[in-house]
Amino acid sequence: MFAYMLRRIVYALPIALSVTVICFLLVHIAPGDPLSAVAPVDAPTEVIEALKRAYGLDKPLVVQYGLWLGRAVQGDLGSSVATGRAVTGEVLGAVSNTLLLAFVAACLGFLAGCAMGGIAGYRSRSVLDRVVSALSVAGVSVPHYWLGMVLTIIFSAQLHWLPAMGAGPGGSGAWTWDYAHIRHLILPAVTLSVIPMGMVARTVRALVADVLGQEFVQALLAKGLTHRQVFFHVVKNVAPTALAVMGLQLGYLLGGSILVETVFAWPGTGFLLNNAIFQRDIPLLQGTILILSLFFVALNLLVDIVQPMLDPRMRRS
Amino acid sequence: MSILTPTAPLTVPAEVLRSPGYWRTVGRRLRNDRVSMVCLAILALILIAAVFAPILAPADPYKASMLHRLKAVGTAGHLLGTDELGRDMLSRLMYGARLSLLMGCLPIGIAFAIGTTVGVTAGFVGGRLNMAVMRVLDVFYAFPSVLLAVAISGALGPGMLNSLISLTLVFVPPITRVAESVTTQVRRLDYIDAARMSGAPNWVIVRVQVLGNVMGPVFVYATGQISVCMILASGMSFLGLGVKPPEPEWGLMLNTLRSAIYVNPLVAALPGALIFVTSLCFNLLADGTRLAMDIRD
Repeated sequence: MFAYMLRRIVYALPIALSVTVICFLLVHIAPGDPLSAVAPVDAPTEVIEALKRAYGLDKPLVVQYGLWLGRAVQGDLGSSVATGRAVTGEVLGAVSNTLLLAFVAACLGFLAGCAMGGIAGYRSRSVLDRVVSALSVAGVSVPHYWLGMVLTIIFSAQLHWLPAMGAGPGGSGAWTWDYAHIRHLILPAVTLSVIPMGMVARTVRALVADVLGQEFVQALLAKGLTHRQVFFHVVKNVAPTALAVMGLQLGYLLGGSILVETVFAWPGTGFLLNNAIFQRDIPLLQGTILILSLFFVALNLLVDIVQPMLDPRMRRS
Repeated sequence: MSILTPTAPLTVPAEVLRSPGYWRTVGRRLRNDRVSMVCLAILALILIAAVFAPILAPADPYKASMLHRLKAVGTAGHLLGTDELGRDMLSRLMYGARLSLLMGCLPIGIAFAIGTTVGVTAGFVGGRLNMAVMRVLDVFYAFPSVLLAVAISGALGPGMLNSLISLTLVFVPPITRVAESVTTQVRRLDYIDAARMSGAPNWVIVRVQVLGNVMGPVFVYATGQISVCMILASGMSFLGLGVKPPEPEWGLMLNTLRSAIYVNPLVAALPGALIFVTSLCFNLLADGTRLAMDIRD
């Protein structure tokens, strides 16, 4: 078990390293000189040369990467071109808001998806099963930014039940678990939860139907167990895979939340990315992408490590 | 000695003797699937509306009118109302289908071509080359797909071409991976050895035996990704990264109409509803095709 964990971690390291390479290269695929945001267009050559030296841009690419990585490891991702503030601070504040939203959405989606998938699996080929299948296909196909708009139209514009925008009083850094804040979380979280709901419902439905068809279920029933007792055996069989799917989905929500955050003006990384892109704030773009992707890699690693702990069948193979 | 009596001659219907062929069977099964056929019909309608937009559209999609802003659905002369600049929604939605379908399908088409080429080559050659290609692709899996698309597109700068490039890059790795894994399975099968022993050169084997068996599954996988690409492409335009105004495109229209949700919610929601319907149809059609191709005797 320990050897397996170690192997996974060692395998994740080159992936994480290559993520940093891609993020570093983002600056260089950007059209125009990286200096164009700092130097005036008509700056004399000497000034440009001096700036290049100051930013280390006169060195070869590999050296630049090494220096950048060295600073990044120490938590220095440079400073935002637009605001002049440190990128690390900006990103970490936004990431906590995005994680909050993504985590709540993943939990909602997981619970709803398990309930739906469980029902559909138990009543396979019934009307309920068809309804659940339809809902999960719809959940996977719906453009969530549009769903967010529709929910805003219904619950904010028409019914005036919930706020349409923002993260509640106090601005972006003041999240607390009280009514005034949770009200703001409901619509974006529900919107974002639709994707994992569809995926989890599909997976759980297939797993439950498969487990129920296996011989050990017949044996348990023949032994005299009630359906409720058998249900726990089914849960034990389905849970590891379902949890793994949810873990991966949580990772995708880190990226998928960009659009939903834009719809609801949620002060997370999506908001930050939007600003970064339209103000051509490449260091901010780079830092945000880097931190989000490293979270994603870490999450995948976590799923890889936790799944065999929950599922003894995987440990044997 | 024969057990067949002359009075009962061997009359086997011709269609039993000649197998109808795999693709014909798949086609027949697909035609019998009502959901798939309805989806196909809807997609065909949208495609016709897109292709013949200049003939069918009731108005000029760019012609703004300050006097007719945000008219409701069903207004005389504007069947689906007007947008925030007074442009006819029906015409804009029809013209919008052109860019939206293009942005949804083209990246998948290009990624299919690249992914199949790279995947089949890697899978067929095997060994070190395969390892190298797959490890490089692993890197792309370290990013959530939306984030990767936004990152590349954001760095390259807003614009339609850049978002096409970034979307293609997002879909190349998964398609390559599918092509590679199917090729690796096919390569070990007996009929490849048989072809090789009969003297077929590598490129013939790749073209006939490998591609003939790999294209199907990869194609089905790729069609399943069209709906994802549609949503992602419109999402990029929604963020302002893709198509630029005043070009009609569903994602962009959804974005510019966002401020209208308090005035005219139905019109504001229309472009998104079309993205939803199109992506749903592509998804269901891909599911239907997958089922139809899964023939087990």
